[in-house]
Amino acid sequence: MTVDNRLPSPFGTLIDRSQTVEFSFEKKTISGYAGDTVASALAANNQWLLSRSFKYHRPRGVLTMAGQDANSMVQLPSDPNALADRIDISPGLKVMGQNYSGSLTRDRNAVLGLVSRFLPVAFYYKAFFKPRGMWQKWAPFFRHRAGLGRIDQNYQADYHDKQYQFYDVAVVGGGPAGLAAALAAADSGASVLLVDENVRLGGSLNYARNDAEGTQSGRVRDALVARVKANPKIVAMSEATCNGWFSDNWLPIICRKRLYKVRAKQTILCVGAIEQPAIFHNNDLPGVMLGSAAQRLIKLYAVRPGQSAVVLTGNNDGYAVALDLIDAGVEVKAIVDLRDAPVYDAIAEHVSSLGISVKVGHAVYAAKRNASRLHLGSVDVRKIVDRGHCATESETINCDTLCMSVGYTPTYQLICQAGGRLSYDDDSAMFTLSDCPENCYTAGSVNGYWHLEDVISDAERAAIIATQALDVDRREVPSAVVHQQTQSPNHPWPIFAHPKGCEFVDFDEDLQIADIVNATRDGYQHIQLVKRYSTCGMGPSQGRHSALATARLVADATQRTVAQTGVTTARPPFSAEHLAHSAGRSFYPARRSNMHYRHLESGAQMLQAGAWYRPAYYGQAPAREDCIQREVDNVRNNVGLIDVSTLGGIEVRGVDAGEFLNRFYTFGFLKQPVGRARYALLTNEAGVVIDDGVACRFDEQHYYVTATTGGADRVYQSMLKWNAQWRLDVDIANVTSAYAGVNIAGPNARKVLAKLCTDIDLSAAAFPYMGVREGTVAGIAARVIRVGFVGELGYEVHVPQHAGEALWDALINAGEDCAIAPFGVEAQRLLRLEKGHIIIGQDTDAMSNPTEVQMGWAVSKLKPFFVGGRTLQELGRLPLKRCLVGFVIDDPMAPIPLESHLVVDGDKMTGRVTSVNYSPTLGKPIGLAYVPPNCAETGGNFTIKSSGGVLVVATVVDLPFYDADNRRQEL
Amino acid sequence: MPFGLLKYGLSSEYPAQQHFSPPGDLKKHYDVVIIGAGGHGTGIAYHLAKYHGITNVAILEKSYLGGGNTARNTAVIRSNYLTEEGVRFYRESVKLWQNLSNEFDYNVMLENRGQLTLAHSDAAVRSFRWRAEVNKHMGVRSELVDRQQIAELVPNLRMAEDARFPIMAGLWHADGATARHDAVVWGYARGACQRGVELHQLTEVQDVEITAGRVSAVRTNRGRVGCGAVVQAVAGASSVVANMAGIKLPIHSYPLQAMVTQPYKPLLTPHVSSPHVHVYVHQTSRGEFVIGGGSDPSPLYNTRATLEQRESLSAAALELFPFLAQARLLRQWAGTTDMTPDYSPIMGLSPVENYYLDAGWGTWGFKATPICGVSMAELVATQKVPDIIAPFALERFYRFEQINEAGATAASH
Repeated sequence: MTVDNRLPSPFGTLIDRSQTVEFSFEKKTISGYAGDTVASALAANNQWLLSRSFKYHRPRGVLTMAGQDANSMVQLPSDPNALADRIDISPGLKVMGQNYSGSLTRDRNAVLGLVSRFLPVAFYYKAFFKPRGMWQKWAPFFRHRAGLGRIDQNYQADYHDKQYQFYDVAVVGGGPAGLAAALAAADSGASVLLVDENVRLGGSLNYARNDAEGTQSGRVRDALVARVKANPKIVAMSEATCNGWFSDNWLPIICRKRLYKVRAKQTILCVGAIEQPAIFHNNDLPGVMLGSAAQRLIKLYAVRPGQSAVVLTGNNDGYAVALDLIDAGVEVKAIVDLRDAPVYDAIAEHVSSLGISVKVGHAVYAAKRNASRLHLGSVDVRKIVDRGHCATESETINCDTLCMSVGYTPTYQLICQAGGRLSYDDDSAMFTLSDCPENCYTAGSVNGYWHLEDVISDAERAAIIATQALDVDRREVPSAVVHQQTQSPNHPWPIFAHPKGCEFVDFDEDLQIADIVNATRDGYQHIQLVKRYSTCGMGPSQGRHSALATARLVADATQRTVAQTGVTTARPPFSAEHLAHSAGRSFYPARRSNMHYRHLESGAQMLQAGAWYRPAYYGQAPAREDCIQREVDNVRNNVGLIDVSTLGGIEVRGVDAGEFLNRFYTFGFLKQPVGRARYALLTNEAGVVIDDGVACRFDEQHYYVTATTGGADRVYQSMLKWNAQWRLDVDIANVTSAYAGVNIAGPNARKVLAKLCTDIDLSAAAFPYMGVREGTVAGIAARVIRVGFVGELGYEVHVPQHAGEALWDALINAGEDCAIAPFGVEAQRLLRLEKGHIIIGQDTDAMSNPTEVQMGWAVSKLKPFFVGGRTLQELGRLPLKRCLVGFVIDDPMAPIPLESHLVVDGDKMTGRVTSVNYSPTLGKPIGLAYVPPNCAETGGNFTIKSSGGVLVVATVVDLPFYDADNRRQEL
Repeated sequence: MPFGLLKYGLSSEYPAQQHFSPPGDLKKHYDVVIIGAGGHGTGIAYHLAKYHGITNVAILEKSYLGGGNTARNTAVIRSNYLTEEGVRFYRESVKLWQNLSNEFDYNVMLENRGQLTLAHSDAAVRSFRWRAEVNKHMGVRSELVDRQQIAELVPNLRMAEDARFPIMAGLWHADGATARHDAVVWGYARGACQRGVELHQLTEVQDVEITAGRVSAVRTNRGRVGCGAVVQAVAGASSVVANMAGIKLPIHSYPLQAMVTQPYKPLLTPHVSSPHVHVYVHQTSRGEFVIGGGSDPSPLYNTRATLEQRESLSAAALELFPFLAQARLLRQWAGTTDMTPDYSPIMGLSPVENYYLDAGWGTWGFKATPICGVSMAELVATQKVPDIIAPFALERFYRFEQINEAGATAASH
């Protein structure tokens, strides 16, 4: 027979009874109302068992109804570890329990609970590794029992995005304190963001009882919320979680599928307090829940928590819970009050007059299962004889519900992330917070105020302090609120050890009292060591419901105070968030040159160079080698065109421009004539070659420097960094993306360029190799640089970025009768190798100095200073350790080695190949390799260990391989 | 059920053993003071006591046992480095890892899961081939693998050819492993304390007294302690502590952040790393996904986590494993990495005669823990620098003999 726990109106502020929603749990159809969470809908249908615990696979159910605990984790099709008391039901939603073997009701792994005495705290450190290698056999066994829900590996995230927002004041928490703080802050004229994680503003006013009649909470709530909604200065965001506090009030707020990144001038944290469970035998049985959980079920979801209940309390809040239970038609069998001498408030007075059995100075010593073994059946109530100890006489009270109200922990997570300090007040048996950073305040129950009027006054005071700091408020700061309540809501020791254990301190990790105490007895006494050794607080709820009890137990076991013991660090995020939120839309921008689509139209295969796409070669992938060959031939014998827009371009202007380059690069630049380019080699302080380019001097105070595609941004940053120190009078601008560029190269380059360029005299005499000119090409303002990376007559033409495609088209058209053809990066690599030019990063590594790579000629010996100069001077006194040499492989039968294959001498590694390719011009494989200096002699041999360990003999040759006297590039 | 656990189940009283020396007073003098009770400091103490008979040793820890980078690292063990000196050193360490649980009778839960590093550019392919060639030459299991092999090793890795950074190849390191980081320091500390070493937590060294070129004492928040020799093993504060002894180290310290998800059923066995998208991911034996990446951009002595790093690590992790979008982030944290110019440690002698350095541990300290214990203890006991750490001497920076591992560290871990 199904029990219907649904209560009539007006219970159920969150549900819409006009809309029935059907979903399934464990493949059984369940009916609820719109506004129900999975947990509330199941509870309405008397389904309390939700999941199985992490270690012992114990049945678990509703504990908090606040979306704060791992007990309520369920499996959705593409959302494992979903909180059943957080997830709204929707039609057709398929919900399953998780972490069981067999079925949720008959979990075969529950047998682990029976052998728990053989699994002491940190048991896995103590066994499973003998004899040697044994752990490798055990590990898979443990792995498959660990973990909770199952991830759907085919899942693709839907759209998640981010938004920046800025406010004068951010108020976190929409309970009475948050509402009052927002109103008081807005009164000063400040813009206010109010963030609340619940569906309905009002926090505890939505479920807690503040008077015997049970009407005050609702009244106060409605009034505050109405004022907040009417206030144009307040933006109220519901179902939004402030999931961290980062420096200077930088707040990540998650709301549905968006991450709001909020910068607030002032933050007021009205984050409330988290109710704590009592600790006794079987305190984890479904049916045992927090008092506030029962209140939430009744008020928010109109769900009766059970038929008959016992309330275990250490304060007056438990009496309010009892009243709510009675209102909901639950038979309250007894109120078990841990206090010896309770000081009643009006509600408790009222309850005590109702004739309910109140057992003062008693505890629930143990909970017992009902016939199903999956739910609470009765409680064992005993008199407390000493702290944590009960008399042997016991009374059994049958009940299906036990509500616990034994105290609270301030929600310290965000405050501690902000730098706040957590301490413990022995009088109130409560954690306290202090030392919030500047511009960040706390208010309400997180400050230890419990009486509703106190909470509101404290919040208004915090708001005035915050807005005064904004300099918009002239109100006087009221004095600190004096507490109205006389007895702390926290009982100092709601902890009762049992000979059979199962008094759970940490529900997530199935840790019992003995586990915590024994950790300290093994020597793990620092609270961080207790956590790490026992795993207490490492589970999904991150110690929300265990930190207080753990601190008390550890303090007791190690003869320290709770304040000395403390808690472990509260790291962000506050509550578990999907990675989809922080990832957002993935942002990996691609850079494409202005000619990009021309390359694609010409059939280019693109490769990635940093963030850029560059044409590798033009043609179909299977014909790769032929395509590259054809492009190389065309450059050597005719004319080719390559897109060099991706090369870095940096403008250096100012009276000190020459001096700046002189200090930054290895060469001398002061005397560089206007109209000339000069090779620019860059080393770091360790003398390591890190980039190269050419520096073109367009006038006395203006250089245009190129950099490698991958190095451009780094070079630019490095220039800025150095000049922050040197303070030279220069202006440095990274214009890489402002210019498009091509290199037209080959014996016919001049002929083609001349058709389009009439205002520059292109003759060899007027515009020699390494000359630079400004003029127009195809009517486009252009910088023309005569360089020769590929070893042929060539011109680099740099034009404004937007004109790149027009320039490309003009050159292709002008070269049509010469059969001009584009060439890609692969052909360029081969061409430059034949010419003996190195590629920084490929032919150099993190230790390469200029001398090693035969670039000593590019280092000025005359300058007083340049970056890396001092090191190079010192290195010059030491013997060379290795040399980069050119080599050929003469044996036509030898396999061609690959780049990075090792140079070996017997068993010793002595170097490596950095570049290698078959040279069509030389008709044999050529390459560059690091070899020991004694192997660097021209004509000498060394051995390369190629694929499969095949040894190949290489012969050292002089560089370049091609056109040694540079006649072709100087044509 | 292993026999080791029977005593727990069958005894009426929990058979507690104090693993560490209980809190007590500091002695006036120790033969050796070790600054820092992380994996390295405790490992050195363990080896001094067990293999060199030096037991008048104090380990001074400013916070709690293993609470520095030992607690914060992401427990990656590998030896696929680039230089001959580096590979030899880490190869030896990986060997010691294999026997560590049995060495000190404490299960560190070593799992040889392998490590896959992804190449998304031909430059990376070249660099990985270089590492693979050096590794293979030196007997380390490391090979360049193609897309097909990658898909077989990690079937749920996103291999789309239209990805922003398509995967071109990988470096597969079968020797790659992981272990429970805390257990390492606890195992060493217990073994050392059993042999008479004193562990003093919450004891901060605040100054070092030097007399005639030798350390004579350290000053702590609990008073002065005389000593015959000092070893500093304080990753994250290496230059600060060395400075107390008047030693300047070429170190810049950067925060390094990581984060972890809730536990899920196992679906990823090896450690997968992509230096290009700046992320690495592995799944712990508890089922959590550990996600890390590169260091923060600016030097800082602060272990705060940042929102920016949370965002970039998540985005990068989803590039490799889109299904992780549904995983829930549990916590993020940071440690401090002492970065040297050549990405190799600084070990051995210092300009102060009896002051020994175990420093500059950047992002490579955890995997080196066992070999550091062995070699640094040998150095302190014999006062001769073992060959295996000789290349990592501080002097190398003066002799231009750096051991450059830049190509094999950084975000790849």
